[in-house]
Amino acid sequence: MSDVIKLKKGLDIRLAGRSETVYSQVAASELYAIKPTDFHGLVPKVTVNVGDKVAAGSELMHDKQHPEIKLVSPVSGEVVAVNRGERRKVLEVVVKADGAPQTVNVGAADVKSLNREQVIEKLLETGAWPYFKQRPYNIVADPNAQFKAIFISTFDSAPLAPDYDFIISGNEADFQAGLDVLAKIAPVYVGIHNNGTSKAFSDAKGVTVTSFAGKHPAGCVGIQINHVNPINAGEKVLTIQPQEVVAIGKIFSKGELDFSRVVVVVGSEIKRKSYVRTTLGAQVSNMLKDNIASDNVRIISGNVLTGTAIPADGFLGFYDSQVTVIPEGDQYEFMGWLAPGFNKFSASHTFTAWLTGNKEYVLNTNTHGEHRAFVMSNELEKVLPMDIYPEFLFKAIMAQDIDKMIELGIYEVVEEDIALCEFVCTSKIALQKVLRNGLDLMIKEVG
Amino acid sequence: MKALRNYIDKVKPNFMPGGKYEKLRSTFGGFETFLFTPNTTNQPGGVHVRDAVDLKRNIIVVVLALIPALLFGMYNTGYQHYHMTGETATFWETFGYGFLTVLPLLIVTYVVGLGIEFSVAQMRGEEINEGFLATGMLIPLIVPADVPLWMVAVATAFSVIFAKEVFGGTGMNIWNPALIARAFLFFAYPSKMSGDSVWYGAGEAVDGFTGATALSLAGSGNYETYSFNDAFLGFIPGSIGETSALAILIGAVLLLCTGVASWKTMCSVFVGGAVTAFLFNQFGPDIECLNPETGKMEINAVGAMAHLPWMQHLVIGGFCFGAVFMATDPVTSCRTETGKYIFGLLIGAMAIIIRVLNPGYPEGMMLAILLMNTFAPLIDHFIVGRNIAMRKNRVKANK
Repeated sequence: MSDVIKLKKGLDIRLAGRSETVYSQVAASELYAIKPTDFHGLVPKVTVNVGDKVAAGSELMHDKQHPEIKLVSPVSGEVVAVNRGERRKVLEVVVKADGAPQTVNVGAADVKSLNREQVIEKLLETGAWPYFKQRPYNIVADPNAQFKAIFISTFDSAPLAPDYDFIISGNEADFQAGLDVLAKIAPVYVGIHNNGTSKAFSDAKGVTVTSFAGKHPAGCVGIQINHVNPINAGEKVLTIQPQEVVAIGKIFSKGELDFSRVVVVVGSEIKRKSYVRTTLGAQVSNMLKDNIASDNVRIISGNVLTGTAIPADGFLGFYDSQVTVIPEGDQYEFMGWLAPGFNKFSASHTFTAWLTGNKEYVLNTNTHGEHRAFVMSNELEKVLPMDIYPEFLFKAIMAQDIDKMIELGIYEVVEEDIALCEFVCTSKIALQKVLRNGLDLMIKEVG
Repeated sequence: MKALRNYIDKVKPNFMPGGKYEKLRSTFGGFETFLFTPNTTNQPGGVHVRDAVDLKRNIIVVVLALIPALLFGMYNTGYQHYHMTGETATFWETFGYGFLTVLPLLIVTYVVGLGIEFSVAQMRGEEINEGFLATGMLIPLIVPADVPLWMVAVATAFSVIFAKEVFGGTGMNIWNPALIARAFLFFAYPSKMSGDSVWYGAGEAVDGFTGATALSLAGSGNYETYSFNDAFLGFIPGSIGETSALAILIGAVLLLCTGVASWKTMCSVFVGGAVTAFLFNQFGPDIECLNPETGKMEINAVGAMAHLPWMQHLVIGGFCFGAVFMATDPVTSCRTETGKYIFGLLIGAMAIIIRVLNPGYPEGMMLAILLMNTFAPLIDHFIVGRNIAMRKNRVKANK
């Protein structure tokens, strides 16, 4: 096995509500939705109307700039709603399943006999192309671009994250088949955890495997890229998650369009924490039925750092393998800044959490303070294991100084990489939003 | 607490836009968040949970860390006073005298400083920053006990307005506001800030009492007047909070354990100071030199300061206080980790150099820190420049 890259910086938030590696049975959801808001840089053109019958794998929307990039229905059924927000922005296209079998045969293809263009064409056709995200900027990938590499992180180090070793078991062959497909597009790099158990990851063929050890964000693919083969100005890379690699593998090796996904349902307010077999874009209500312990909660598709808040009848995000439920924190607290705070988690040593070993904490959504200018130094650096000065980068973004942003490494980071910085920020600055504004400015000005 | 919360919720609408007391909105908000951590939750597009720490928490740690120095400063003010007048006093009389001398200073700084902070916040329509809670505590501790209250008021106003608010408030300032207040006093009213008579409060001195500080004694070659132990424990004349290295170090332990102050900055200042003083000890000019007019050997001030033992240097004057509480101010010190070492070392070295080579100006710490505050962004610029260069080289290597 390759050498282990040990990351010293980082922080494991000791959040209560972890799941054992067990599956629980949940009735299949009736409604499914594809949310264009999950895809940055995609301008959706809805191509179905309410009442249309759709098959699994048939187009619901496509990108206005790149009509070949399709978002397809994960199930066979009927379009029941196209929900729009402000200025008629499409928020979600909802499909009601008709119970027909969910796997569709599109004909297997031998990857070895296909060239790069044919592989990309097949991925576009089957609606699998959006599984990739393109860096810099974390946007939907441009099918005509050249990519330096494809990166896959096979472990998620975020709080309460799913264990891909567990999820992938049974699909090892399809994962390898997926890797073979990806290798046609660009060289593939796989990042594994040094304590990981799955042979599918550590013995992956035809790819470069790198082993990582350390706290979150060691599992963030951006951090791994920075240590393996950093992105320079002008370069583009793709990233993709393990479950999507399996889905791509099945398309080519078996000819199956498989939209099934495993998600983990976790959080301090969940009664039965477990893994659930479901389908892309499923409504979460069945998973949460009689499963939430208190009234005032926040339901998050994804993890507590980067996920999206959804209503109790909301839908899974396209890239999410996790549903987290934590208490809302909309209460006042008397002299909270002065109290000893034995029940509060903090990376800073001004609370007692650093002395309590492995004790887990129930965290709510309170901001624990008001927005301020940057005051404390070296707190963002401590949780970003990259050779980047985060505070200087954020200040350059706030000043909209594009040259400085490039010099300081904005090409190498996306929101999830710096989510921990936002968590620890004493001044409660919305750093993910700051970075997104910077990335959007870069797309507009530099492209 | 429920009743208090209910009362606040009841009167709150009066202070919101459109309410009767709309003009006091920031003030109200300041008190409300002081009493109750706000109920705001994390918004979409960002993290859903946040660290429990906030700026108030950090500031309160600094204030707590200053308490030992403050209490000892009160006692020592009384101790020095009764020492000057030759009277005997009990512990509580001594402490009481100091308490009554220092308390008005504290009240004046907080009232003036917070008054300005509140009005500026209101003018800008912003929330009130808690930064002054620490500054307001620092200012009384770095002035002589005898300083007139109105001078402290003027200095506090000057520093809050011109060292902080004009730059944009807490987090935006270039120089440490408390040190600016002291520098203002020092240059505007030098007779009240140094010399031999300002450290003791009112009263008649007994015969033979000189009242010189350890630093000015050292300049005349008489540093042994105060033993290392006295200087370390703090029973020497000096600004209210600066005399006891022990009390300051207790605060330092709190700051370092909680991580509120950077150990890199703090230790570097001590190392820089010790090494520079040690070098002067070894290679400094002779203590005595020939005065051509009288033809006699006389004490040379530069030589006398140069041969002040390096350990003594660290415990007299404002060295300890500056290293622990002033140099470590995160806003005005370097913000890169490598920069903090350089920043600290240079402060320590500069403070000793000013003390030794400029005997007319005994206290080098204040100016050393202000000088390095000025250069901190420059140091950071070069440190970050290396990161930028690394990234550019990587692009070149790839082509």
